[in-house]
Formats: sequence, C-alpha cells, structure tokens
Amino acid sequence: MKQFQYVRPTSQQSVIDALTKPGTKIIAGGSNLVDLMKHGVMSPDKLVDINKLPLRDISSIMGNVRTIAIGALALNSQVAEHAMIKERLPLLSQALNAGASAQLRNMATVGGNLMQRTRCPYFYDTALPCNKRNPGSGCGALEGFNRMHAIFGQSEKCIAVHPSDMAVALAALDATVEVVGKKGRRYIAFKDFHRLPGDHPELDNTLAKDELITNVIVPENNFAKNSYYLKVRDRASYAFALVSAAVALDIDNGRIQDARIAMGGVAHKPWRFYEVEKALKGKPASTETFEQIGELAMQGAKAYKENAFKLKLTPATLVEALKHAARIA
Amino acid sequence: MKKNKPCGNAPEGNEPEDNSRRNFLKQSSLLTAIALIPGVAVKAAEGHFDEKVAAVFEKVPVSIEINGKAHKLSVEPRTTLLDLLREQLDLTGTKKGCDYGQCGACTVHVNGKRVNSCLTLAVMTHGKKVTTIEGLANGDQLHPMQEAFIKHDGFQCGYCTPGQIMSAVACVREGHANSEAEIREYMSGNICRCGAYPNIVNAIMEVKEGGQQV
Ligand SMILES: Cc1cc2nc3c(=O)[nH]c(=O)nc-3n(C[C@H](O)[C@H](O)[C@H](O)COP(=O)(O)OP(=O)(O)OC[C@H]3O[C@@H](n4cnc5c(N)ncnc54)[C@H](O)[C@@H]3O)c2cc1C
Ligand code: FES
Ligand code: FES
Repeated sequence: MKQFQYVRPTSQQSVIDALTKPGTKIIAGGSNLVDLMKHGVMSPDKLVDINKLPLRDISSIMGNVRTIAIGALALNSQVAEHAMIKERLPLLSQALNAGASAQLRNMATVGGNLMQRTRCPYFYDTALPCNKRNPGSGCGALEGFNRMHAIFGQSEKCIAVHPSDMAVALAALDATVEVVGKKGRRYIAFKDFHRLPGDHPELDNTLAKDELITNVIVPENNFAKNSYYLKVRDRASYAFALVSAAVALDIDNGRIQDARIAMGGVAHKPWRFYEVEKALKGKPASTETFEQIGELAMQGAKAYKENAFKLKLTPATLVEALKHAARIA
Repeated sequence: MKKNKPCGNAPEGNEPEDNSRRNFLKQSSLLTAIALIPGVAVKAAEGHFDEKVAAVFEKVPVSIEINGKAHKLSVEPRTTLLDLLREQLDLTGTKKGCDYGQCGACTVHVNGKRVNSCLTLAVMTHGKKVTTIEGLANGDQLHPMQEAFIKHDGFQCGYCTPGQIMSAVACVREGHANSEAEIREYMSGNICRCGAYPNIVNAIMEVKEGGQQV
C-alpha cells in the first residue's frame, strides 16, 4: 500500500474543505477502501477519517411524511439489529444481514456501503484493462470472465454490477440520500444516486467530489408485513449475490395495493422493475400472478457468454421473493 | 505492498489532544529521521525541526489499549491493526490468512465488537480497546470457548482457530448462537480450510447452552 497522509477532522466543514484537494478520499469503516488500496486499485494521497463526525444516529422524524433517518456512519450491524428498523423496515434489516460477514458488518458504514466499488475482477486486477479503473483501457469482462456481470442497463464500456445488498433494499424503499458539500446540503433520490455506466463507467454515482453523505432517509410505508430480501449466491453465506431481489408489497384482502421491486447483481446500480410494479397493482397476491410477470420483468435483458444463466435465475428469484413476501412460499 | 511516495502527517488539529500529539510525534520521529536521512537534512533537523523533513518521516502517534495494557505507539498511517499486532507487538496469535477480509483468521475485538484486523488501519483504533486471542484467557485459566474448542476438537491445523474463537465469543455475546443454523450463519465470516465446522458449531453450542459468562 502506498503511503498517505491521515487526518481526523471533527467538523463537517473541515471534511468538505479537505475533499476539494485532488487525491483526497474519505475513509469510514475502511472495509472497501483499505482492500482497494492494498490491491493498488485506489491510491489516495490523503485519507480523511470521518469517524469523529456525529453521524451515527438512527431516528424517526415526524413531518408531512414520517421518515426514518439513518446516519452515514451507522454501522451495518447496528442498522440491521436496530429494533425500529426491524419492525418498520424489515427489508432493510434482511438485506444488511445478507451482506458480507458479522465482522465486516461491524466495520461497514451506511455511507461506505453505498459508495463501495464493483467486485468485477478486471476492476481489481491492475494488470488488466478496465474502463472503470482506467478510462479508455477497454472492458476486459465484455469478452472475458463475465459470469458475475450485468444483464440490464450495461454499455459497451462497462458491464460491471454494483455489489451492495443494502442498496437494493433502499432502492425498493424509495430512500433519499442526504449529502453536504461546498454548495451546501442537497437531497438525491435513490434512483438518481447510482448511475448506469454509459460512456463514463468511472463514475459510479452522482455524488460530487467535494460532497459527503450525511444521512439516508427512508419514508415510512405499508410494506413491513409483506417484504422479503432473497439473495442467491455461490455459497450459503459470505458471498456476493449472483442475483438478489428486494420485494415490498402492500396487500389488502388478498389484493396487491402497491408494490416495489429492486434487484441486485443484474445491473450497474440496484435495478428497479417499475413496469412489473405497475402490472402487479390490483392483482391477487397469488402464485399465478407472480409466475406471470417473469417475462415482463426480463424485457430488455442481455446476457454474455458466461452469465446467460441469469436470464433464468433472475425471474425465478423474483417470483420466489414475491411468494415469500406474500407469505405463500 | 508497494513502498513509494513517502509522506504522512499527523491528524488534523481541531482535536484538543492534537498539539501534544504533534509534539510527541516530532520528538519520536526525529530519532528515526536522523537515522535515515542524509547529512544536510540532519543539520536542519538538529538546528530547529524542519517541517518538510517531519512531513516525510512522520508517523502518527496512537494510544491503544491492547489486552488490558495501554500502549503508546507510533505507526505509519498505512499500517493495519493486524500488522501492528504481529510485526510491532509480537502478538502473533492473530493470524493473517488472506489479508483482504475474506477469511476471518485476523478477527479481533475492537471496543468489544469483532472486526477483521487486516482491513482496519491501526491509526483508526486510537483511543480504543483491542482484545486478541492472547487476551482471552484469565491467567492460566482458559476462556470457556477455548476449553470447548479443545473438548470438541474444533480444529485440525489450527490456523483459523484464533479467529474462530474470537468470532465465536462475539457470536455468543451478540445473542446469535441460538441454533445450529444461526451459528453457521453468524460464523460464516470465518473460513476453515480443514473443514472443522461441525465441531466448531458443537463447541459454540455447548458454551451457549452452558450459560457461562463469556
Ligand atoms: C470479503 C468481503 C465480502 C463482502 N460481501 C459483501 C456482500 O455480500 N454484500 C455487500 O453489500 N457488501 C459486501 N462487502 C462490502 C462491504 O459491505 C463494504 O466494504 C462496506 O459496506 C463499505 O463500508 P465502509 O464504511 O467500510 O467503507 P469504506 O471502505 O470506509 O469506504 C468505501 C468508499 O466510500 C466512501 N465513503 C465512505 N463514507 C462516505 C460518506 N459518508 N460520504 C461519502 N463517501 C463515503 C469512501 O471514500 C470510499 O470510497 C464485502 C466486503 C468484503 C471485504
Ligand atoms: S486475514 Fe483478515 S480476513 Fe483474512
Ligand atoms: S483448523 Fe485448519 S483451517 Fe481451520
């Protein structure tokens, strides 16, 4: 690992000031950044440790819409085990517990989890081409090892997927990301936070260089009773998703009033299935209904040499998650 | 690990303790600096401390309580807690398996929480309490989890064992040892290449069911 400077400011303003210098990176839990620095994928000149900032709280906020605000420094384990989260946002708790290991969840923060980089092997190996790590060098995965890669929203420049489980649940729950930078505070709708690769796969998200995430805000909803996170992976635990589904249903008298669906392991960002959500509205919450939406869900999907299995695994996982959410699995 | 671009400054100054830390650091790194730098710079350093030289050689001072003992140390910011324990403090009970968070051999407790010490920067444990496998026993009396691992043959080669035991203790303390399935899930961050899993699970079950203080 290259040498770097290390600072531990106590105010948000000093963090923002520090970030305006190129080569400066925030460190929170370090579980992704230190890994990438050891691999030589990232080599910041200066690390700004934000752990002195008061951003650990999880609180319920009353307003026009009741929301739950989760501090950017709240640990993944702390959020997953939090009584209010378990009760009101069980989908988020499940998704967090499906990620990494107990040790890593004790290190990983909410902000760091959103900002974690792809696990694409070409991104990790500095000897190989990767447009995300080294723009213009090409995408090694396109015709190489692409078993873990995207089937939705990819570009010729990059077919990597976003690895976070937590983010898939937050996408389904229509969260908002609160950020602060030189120009002040702003709120980014979750669907606009992560990007599709397009011509700039080096940009994972829309956070500006001088901004830091301060909170993630989740509106309260009627989904707590009928939500489910299903993760399919190569081993039973402690592995990234091949595909995963976050499903939230509002069911009244056996009919679906409202639905939210996002999937992981299929795109450069958590992938929302808006058309399927619409199609489910008003339908009975039955196996029949769910098994019919598979085809609709897969419209526009495109696979590569090694990940064609995802064309089947994705709808199968979605249908299974829907059944679990509706409690008919 | 690549070693180039030497630099490294003390933490920024709006913490109250920072001034004294900076001084401590100047003094301690001065010796290292003098040992390593050419004559011209040594003169500058001897006369009045040259900031530039300091910036090149400065390590960061940290205070960490390790297994109940307070340590005042000076570390490069890039030093991981795992390397600090093993290389600087000779606490080699904590193992390096993968060095990338993928195996759990390096598991220690920081402020009571289990973490992977290979992905933890030592500077970031400043002011915290670290417990390693060496700090688990009470003198000659083994910790109940250590006893249980011996009784149930919870290992073969033993390489993963310190990490397994630290993780197992945390697993029981967290309240995640209520069934075999739950133990397997919450112990998944510790890989055992010898496949001692069934015996590890039995050891944890016994400690949990024994209801002893862990
Ligand atoms: C072996 C292994 C297995 C894993 N498995 C999974 C898994 O199955 N599912 C899953 O979801 N994740 C998994 N992870 C990833 C893990 O969830 C992330 O490493 C973690 O969430 C990152 O959080 P952190 O606080 O440690 O981030 P850091 O490493 O500190 O930072 C990561 C990035 O976020 C930036 N950052 C951090 N906080 C902020 C902020 N507040 N504002 C702006 N930028 C910020 C940093 O600058 C850095 O670029 C795994 C990791 C490992 C090592
Ligand atoms: S050495 Fe830390 S997890 Fe493998
Ligand atoms: S006992 Fe050999 S790796 Fe676990």
